[in-house]
Amino acid sequence: MTLYLLCFALFLVGLYGLITKRDIVKIILASGIMGYAVNLMIVLFGYRRQAIYPILEKGKPVASMVDPLPQALVLTSIVIELGTTALLVALAVRLFRKYRTYDITKIRRLRG
Amino acid sequence: MNEKQGMSIIVKTTSRILLWVIFLYGIYIILFGHLSPGGGFGGGVVLALGFLSIVLAYGRSFTLQWLSIPRLEKAEAGAPLLFLIIALLGIVAGGAFLQNFMSKGSLFHLYSSGVIPFLNIIIGLKVGLSLFLVVWALTEYDPEDGDEE
Amino acid sequence: MILLSFIVIPLAAAFLITLLARRDGVGAALISLVAAVLSLGLSVYAVIGFRGETLVYNMGAWKIPYGIPLVADSFTVFMLLMVNLISLASLAFSWGYMRWLGSDWKYYALFMILLTGMNGVLITGDLFNLFVFMEIALLAGFALVAYGGQAHEFEASFKYAVMGSVSSSLILIAIAVIYSSTSSLTLAKIAEAYPGLGPGLRIWVGALLLAGFSLKAAVMPFHAWLPDAHSSAPAPISAMLSGVLIKTLGIYVLIRLFYNVLGAPGVFLHVFLVLGTLSILLGVVLAVGQWDFKRLLAYHSISQIGYILIGMGLGTTLGMVGAVFHAFNHALFKSLLFFNAGAVEMGLGTRDLRKMGNITRLMPVTAHSSMVASLSISGIPPFNGFFSKLIIIIAAVQARQPVYGFLAVIGSLLTLASFMKVQRYGFRSEKTTESLGRKIGWSMNLAMIVLAVLCVLMSLLIVPGIREWMLDPVVSAIMNKTGYAQLVLGR
Repeated sequence: MTLYLLCFALFLVGLYGLITKRDIVKIILASGIMGYAVNLMIVLFGYRRQAIYPILEKGKPVASMVDPLPQALVLTSIVIELGTTALLVALAVRLFRKYRTYDITKIRRLRG
Repeated sequence: MNEKQGMSIIVKTTSRILLWVIFLYGIYIILFGHLSPGGGFGGGVVLALGFLSIVLAYGRSFTLQWLSIPRLEKAEAGAPLLFLIIALLGIVAGGAFLQNFMSKGSLFHLYSSGVIPFLNIIIGLKVGLSLFLVVWALTEYDPEDGDEE
Repeated sequence: MILLSFIVIPLAAAFLITLLARRDGVGAALISLVAAVLSLGLSVYAVIGFRGETLVYNMGAWKIPYGIPLVADSFTVFMLLMVNLISLASLAFSWGYMRWLGSDWKYYALFMILLTGMNGVLITGDLFNLFVFMEIALLAGFALVAYGGQAHEFEASFKYAVMGSVSSSLILIAIAVIYSSTSSLTLAKIAEAYPGLGPGLRIWVGALLLAGFSLKAAVMPFHAWLPDAHSSAPAPISAMLSGVLIKTLGIYVLIRLFYNVLGAPGVFLHVFLVLGTLSILLGVVLAVGQWDFKRLLAYHSISQIGYILIGMGLGTTLGMVGAVFHAFNHALFKSLLFFNAGAVEMGLGTRDLRKMGNITRLMPVTAHSSMVASLSISGIPPFNGFFSKLIIIIAAVQARQPVYGFLAVIGSLLTLASFMKVQRYGFRSEKTTESLGRKIGWSMNLAMIVLAVLCVLMSLLIVPGIREWMLDPVVSAIMNKTGYAQLVLGR
C-alpha cells in the first residue's frame, strides 16, 4: 500500500513542478516525471506475491509469474511519452528562437 | 579528423572503438527480443545512442561526411511500410490482421515464434533511425542565428 | 475486413507520402486525396450496409479476452461518416490554402496520421488501444497546430501539448485502476465486470475518466487550451480540430465509456448537465467581446459542446438524439465558419473584425456561406442548428429539468448576438475594400459550397422517415447501455 502512495507522491511532485515552475525546460522535465510515476504505478498493479519475472527459461521449472500485460502497456506508454517529449523539446527550441527567453511568463502574446 | 572540432582525442578514440560494441549489443537485444527482455524498442534506442555518440564526439560536419542522411531518411520512411505489408500478409495467409502465420518453431530457439522476430527487426530499425534523426534535427539550431517573427 | 481499411488506408497513405516525398507536395496531396476519398466511400457504404448490426473483428485472430477487437455499431459508423466527410472537405480546402503557407509533403503526412488516429479511436473495442490511437491523433494535432511557423502558433501548441500530457496521465491512471480491478482491457468485458466493483471504486474510475477526457473535449473548467490552439492553427486544421477532433476524442469516448461501459450512473449525468450549462454560458459570454474572428469561433466551439453535454446528461432517448444530431451539425457549420475565416484571412490578410470591410462583392461564396453558417449556429429555422437545439431544449423540459432548457435558450440568443456582430463588422460594414490580396482558389470555394449545402440538407434529418433511418439506430445503440457487451461477446 505504501508503494502506491509513494507513486502517487511522485505524481504530485511532477504536477507541482508543472504548475509552479517558470522555465520551459523544467516544465518538460516535470511532465516527464509525471509520466514515469504513472508507468511505475501500472507496473506495480501487476505484482503477485511470491512470483518471479515472466520469462520462460530453459531448464528452470515453471513457477508463478507476475502479470506481463502491464509491462507491455508500460512499454507502449514509454514510447508515446518519448514522442511527446521530443515534440515539446522541439517546440521549446523554436520558442526560444522567436521569443529569446525560456521564461514562460514572458511568452504570453496570446491573451483574452 | 579535425582536431579543432568535437571533443578531445581521448573521447574520439574511445567512441570510435566502442561504437561497434554498442551496435553489436543493440542488434543482440533486437534479435533475441522474443527470448529475453528487450525487443524492438529497447534495441532501437541502443542503436540510436550509438550513432549519437559519434555526433557528440566528432561534431556535425564529420558525421555528415560519414553518414548520408537522406539515405537514412528513406530507410526510416520505408520501415513502417514493411511492417504494414507483413501485417497485411497475415490476411493473405488466411488469418486475420497481424496474425502470427509463420511456423512457431521450437521453444528457446532463435528461429521460432513466427513473424515476431521480423517485426522486432523492423521496429528496432525504425525506432533507432527516428530517434537519431530527431536529435539530429534538434542539433541544427545555431544560437547566433537570428530569427524573429 | 472493412473495419481494418479505415485504419490501414490513411496509415499506408501517410507512410507512402513520407517515402515518395518531393519538394512541392503535389504527389503528396494526390495520395492523401485518394486515401480520403476511399475512406469516405467506405464509411458511406458502412452506413448504408451495416443497418444496425454490430460487427466485431478480432485483430490477429486472438479471442476476445486475449486480443484486441475492432467493434463497429451504428454509433461508430455515424461518427465515421462525419469524420471522413469533414476530412475530405478540409483536404480540398487545404489544397488551395496551403499554397499560401508553403505546401509541403509534411503537412499531408501529418494530416493522414491525424485521420488514422481518429478513425482508430472510433472503431476500437479495447481501452488501451483507444488510448494509443488517441495519442497518435493528438501528436499529429500538436504538430499541425504549430505548422505555420509563427511565434503565436508555437506558444499555442506548447500549451496544448502540456495540458494534453497531463490529461493523458490521468487517463493512464484510470486504465491502471480499471485493469487491476477487472483484469481485462476489452470494453465489453469491463462493462460486464463494472457493476461488481465497490461503490467508491466506481466513482473513482468514473471521475478520473471524466477529468481526462473532458480536457480533450474542452469542457468548461478544462477548456483553457482551446482558444489559443484553434485560433492559431491554419484554417483547415482549425476546422478539423474544432469540428471533429474534440468530437471523437472527447464526446464519442465520453458517450461510449459512460453509457455503454459504465452504464450511465446518475451522479455523472448530473455532472454533465452542470458542466454543459457552464460551458454554454461562459463560452458565449467570453465570445461576444472578441474582435479576433477565429478566437471568437473557438469560444463558440466551447459553447456548442456544452449543448451536446446537456443532451448527454439528460439520460433520455430524446436528449441523446439531440446530442448526436447537434454533434453532426456542429461539425458541419463550425468547419464552414473556420473555412470562411481562412478565406477572409487569405484574401484580406487580417483576422481582426474591425479591420475588415464590405467584401460581399469580392468573395461571394465566402460571404453567403458564412451567412448560412451563422444562421445555423444561432439556431434560426430552417437551418440544421435550429432543429438540433430544439430537440435538446424539448428533451430538457420533458425530463423535468426546465432550468437547463431555459439557460440553453439564453445561450442561443447570445450566440445570435455575437454572430450578428460578425456579419455586421466582418462582411457588411461601411468600409469598402477595393481588391483582394490573394485570390481564393476553386477548391476552397468548392469545399465551402458543399458544406453550406449540407447544412441546409441536414435539417431534413428531423423528418420522421429519415430520422428512423439515420439517427434512431445510433441512439438505440447508445441507450442499449451495457447491452453493448452482450452484442460484442455474443460473437
